[in-house]
Amino acid sequence: MNGGLSLWIGGGLVAVALFAAAAAPLIAITDPVMGANLMNAELPPSLEFPFGTDAQGRDIYSRIVYGARVSLTVGIVSQICNSIIGVSLGLSAGYWGGWWDDLVSGLTNLMLAIPSLIFALAIMAILGPGLVSLLIALGLTNWSYSCRLARAQVLSLKSQGYVQAARILGYGDLRIMFTQLLPNILGPLIVIATLGMGGAILAEAALSFLGLGIRPPFPSWGSMLSEARDQITTAPWLSVFPGLAIFFTVLGLNLLGDGLRDILDPQSTTRRGA
Amino acid sequence: MAEPLLALDDLAVHFKVGSALAGGVRTLKAVDGVTLDVKPGECLGLVGESGCGKSTLALAIMGLIQPTHGRIRLDGVDLSQRQRLETARTVQMVFQDPYASLNPRQTVRRTLADPLRLHGVTDRAEIDARVKDMMDRVGLRPEQADRYPHEFSGGQRQRIGIARALILKPKLVICDEPVSALDVSIRAQIINLLLELKDEMGLAYIMISHDLGVVEHVSDRVAVMYLGRIVEQGGWQEIFENPRHPYTRALIAAIPDPFHRAAVSARAKAKGEIASALNPPPGCHFNPRCPLKADRCVAEVPVLAAVAPGHRAACHFRDRTG
Amino acid sequence: MSDALLRVDALRIALASNRTTYNAVEEVSFEIGRGEAFGLVGESGCGKSITALALMGLLRQPLSLAGGRIVLDGEEIQDASPAEMRRLRGKRIAMIFQEPMTALNPLSPVGRQIAEMYVLHEGMGWTEAMDRAEEALRQVRVPSPERRIRDYPHQLSGGMRQRVMIAIALACSPELLVADEPTTALDVTVQAEIIDLMAELCAAKGTAILMISHDLGLVANMCRRVAVMYAGRIVEAQPAEAIFATPRHPYTRGLINSLPRLGERSRRGRQKLQEIAGTVPSIAGYPAGCRFNPRCPEATDVCLAVPPAATPLPADGLVRCHHHG
Repeated sequence: MNGGLSLWIGGGLVAVALFAAAAAPLIAITDPVMGANLMNAELPPSLEFPFGTDAQGRDIYSRIVYGARVSLTVGIVSQICNSIIGVSLGLSAGYWGGWWDDLVSGLTNLMLAIPSLIFALAIMAILGPGLVSLLIALGLTNWSYSCRLARAQVLSLKSQGYVQAARILGYGDLRIMFTQLLPNILGPLIVIATLGMGGAILAEAALSFLGLGIRPPFPSWGSMLSEARDQITTAPWLSVFPGLAIFFTVLGLNLLGDGLRDILDPQSTTRRGA
Repeated sequence: MAEPLLALDDLAVHFKVGSALAGGVRTLKAVDGVTLDVKPGECLGLVGESGCGKSTLALAIMGLIQPTHGRIRLDGVDLSQRQRLETARTVQMVFQDPYASLNPRQTVRRTLADPLRLHGVTDRAEIDARVKDMMDRVGLRPEQADRYPHEFSGGQRQRIGIARALILKPKLVICDEPVSALDVSIRAQIINLLLELKDEMGLAYIMISHDLGVVEHVSDRVAVMYLGRIVEQGGWQEIFENPRHPYTRALIAAIPDPFHRAAVSARAKAKGEIASALNPPPGCHFNPRCPLKADRCVAEVPVLAAVAPGHRAACHFRDRTG
Repeated sequence: MSDALLRVDALRIALASNRTTYNAVEEVSFEIGRGEAFGLVGESGCGKSITALALMGLLRQPLSLAGGRIVLDGEEIQDASPAEMRRLRGKRIAMIFQEPMTALNPLSPVGRQIAEMYVLHEGMGWTEAMDRAEEALRQVRVPSPERRIRDYPHQLSGGMRQRVMIAIALACSPELLVADEPTTALDVTVQAEIIDLMAELCAAKGTAILMISHDLGLVANMCRRVAVMYAGRIVEAQPAEAIFATPRHPYTRGLINSLPRLGERSRRGRQKLQEIAGTVPSIAGYPAGCRFNPRCPEATDVCLAVPPAATPLPADGLVRCHHHG
C-alpha cells in the first residue's frame, strides 16, 4: 500500500480510538458499570442502544468507549516500558560490546524463545489480575524487538566519523549514546513501538479473555469478549462490537507503523526518489 | 631545541584476530615499533598506502586505542597519566569523509557549542562569541549556524569539521586525508584554509595523506610508513629530492607525471601489492616488491638509521641514491 | 571523417526528476580514432560517467538518451535494440569500472567469468575457453594463473580484481575499452601498474581507450587527447601536452593551478594555492549562460546570459568560453 495512504488511514483509526478514550464520559450514553438495568438485558442494536446491551442490560457502546481507556493505556504504557528497556539494553550492548553485549544478546534470544504471552501469563498468575499487574506483565516481556533493532543500528553507526569525533572531543559514553546515537536511530524504533502497541492491546484482550486481566464489571475489550463467549450464538453483538474495536485499533496502529516506516526510513525515500 | 609536543617511543599496537576455535588466534601488528615526534607548530606529513597502519597510529595518539607496547607523551606527560578532557583540549582530528563525520541531527551551532559546554564554558555570550569566531575563521557565515549538515556542500561540511576540531583550541590536529573525498576544484580552498589556520592559531599538524603533492606542499617533515613501520623520515626537501628508501621512491614514481618534472625516474616503480599485515614478509617488509632486493633483505630487518642529519631510512642500501 | 572509430555527436542525456526533466549531459561531441587513447576529465556529477554508460547502451531510468548520435565504425548505435547492444558489448566495446568487486560475480570463479566471454562471443567450447582464460590471466600478470583461475573474487586483492576485469574486458580484443575511474579505489603504487598494463595491452591489441577520471594528471599521462567536462558540457578539448601548457578555459586553468604539484615547492617555494571559488553546482541549480560563470574570475555580462558556443582549436580541439582569447 502507498505509504501516504496507510499513514492517513492508520492515523485516522488511532485518532478515533484516542478520542473515544479521552472523551469517554462525554460521549458515553450510560455509566459503563453502574448503568446495569436488567429490564434491558441482551437487547439487539437499536437507536437507543446502538451496539445493543449485555446480560446485565449495560449499554455496549458505552462500555466499548470506556474500554478504549484500558486498551490504550495498556498499549501505550506497556510499550513505553518495553521501548525504554529494549533501547537502553540494545544501545549499550551495541556501543560497549564485549561481555555486556554477550549477556544482553543471550537474554534477548531467551526472551524471543519464550512466547511473551506465556511469560505474561506467568507474571499475571503471580501478581493477580488488575490494571497495574497487566502493565507490569506486558511492559516487561516484549522488549526484545526494540533491543535487537537498537543494537543493530548502533553497530552500523558507531564507526561513523561523528561518533569518533565525539569521543575525541571527550564526550562520555552515555552522552554519546544519547546525543549522537539515539537521535539517529529513533525513526525505526518509533515504527517498532507503534507495531508493539498493537501487540500489547491484543495481549491485554487475550489475558482479560482468560480472566487474568481486567476483572468484571470494569470494562475492557478483552473482558467483554470473555463475558460474551456463552452468548455468541444467541446474542452475537456482545462479541462482535468489542471484537471490531480491537480489530480496527490494532489495524490502525499497524498501518500507522507502516506509514511511519516509509517516511522515517531515509533509504525508502531515496529508493522512491531515485 | 624545543620540547616535542608529541613523542612516540617504540609504539606498537597489535590486534588479536580470529578465534581459538576456528583456525587459531593470530596477531596483526598494525603499528610495530614507531618512534616519532612532532614539535609545536610543525606539520608532519604521514604517508603510506591502505593497510600501512597510519589510521591505527592516529587512533592511538588520540587515546582511542590502547598501545600494546611503547609510550606516547603528549605535551611532556604520558598519555595514560592524562585526563581525557585535558587530552581532548590538546589533540583533535579532522576526518576524511565530510558526510559521515557530521551528526545529521545537529545544527552547526550545536556541533560547535556542545564541546565548549562539556569543557566547562558556561557563559552563553562567550559560547556564542566563540562559535561565531570559529565559523568566521573557517569561512562560514554566521547565519548558517542554525542549519543542518545536509544543507551544505562537501567543501562546506569539511569547513564545519575543521571548526569542530579547532573549537577547543588544540595544539595538535591530526588531519586524516582531509581533502581526498572532496571535489578536485574544492581541494585548494581547504588546503589553503588549513595552512592559514595553522599560522594563525600556532597549530601543529599530522597530515595523513596518500597524495604526495599535498604532502609536499604542506609538510615541514615527512614520515613514510609501510606495514606498520616507519621506513623513512626527514625534512620534506630531503624526502622528495633525495629519497633513500626504495618504497619512497616507488611512491614518488607512481604519481602521474606527464611532463617528467619529479626528481625520481619511472624505473623506481614497485612491483605487486602490499602484503597482509597478518603475514608480513620476513626481514624488510618491502622486500618482495623491491627493485634492490638482496638476500640480506629477507634475513635481516633494516634499522631506521641516519643518512644525513635529521634524515633516516630503514634500508640496507640506504646509501644508494638511484 | 569516416576513419574515426567512435563519433559522438551532440549527445544529450535527460534526467527525469519528480516533475521536471533536466539535461544531465548536453552538446557533448567527440571523436576517438582507432587505437587512440582519449581522456574525459571532470568532477563528480559533471556527466562523464553517464556519457560512458550511454555509449554502452546502459542508461537506466531516470536517465535516458534524449538526443544526438553515437557512431561506431560508421554505424549509428544510439537507437540499437537491447539485443544488438548486448552483442556489441564485450565483443566490440568493453568497459571496466571503479570498483571491480561490484562488477564481478561473487559466486563464480574468476577463470570461469573470463572464459564465459569466449563462449558467449566467440562460440568456443568450455575446455578451450578455460585454457584461453588462463592465458588471459597470464597476460594481465596475475601471478600463478593456473591456481588463480579457480579463485573467487573475494579471495583476490583490489589490484588483482581489477586485473581480472581487464582480462574480461579485453578477452575478445574489442575495438574500444571504456575505463571509468579504473584505479580510483586502488593504492597509488598499484594504480601506476594497472595504468601501465592497460596502456600496454591496448596498444598490443589495437584497442582504443576512453579513459574517464577526475585526475587530469593521470589522464594526460596516458591519453593523446583530453576533453574536460564541467556541469554536463565539454568545456575544452586539446592534445594532452597543450592542455597543460596552454589551457584555454578558465576552469581548466583553475584545475591545473589549484593542485599542488610534486617538485613545485622546491622550485618556487611554497606559494598559496590558487583557489577556484564557490562550489560545484547541482544539476537542479545550473546557472544560465556559461555554467562556470559564478566561479569564473573572468566572467562578464555575456557569460551570465549566453551559453558559449564551441570554438574550434587546432588538432580537433575546442573551447567553450566567450573569453578564450
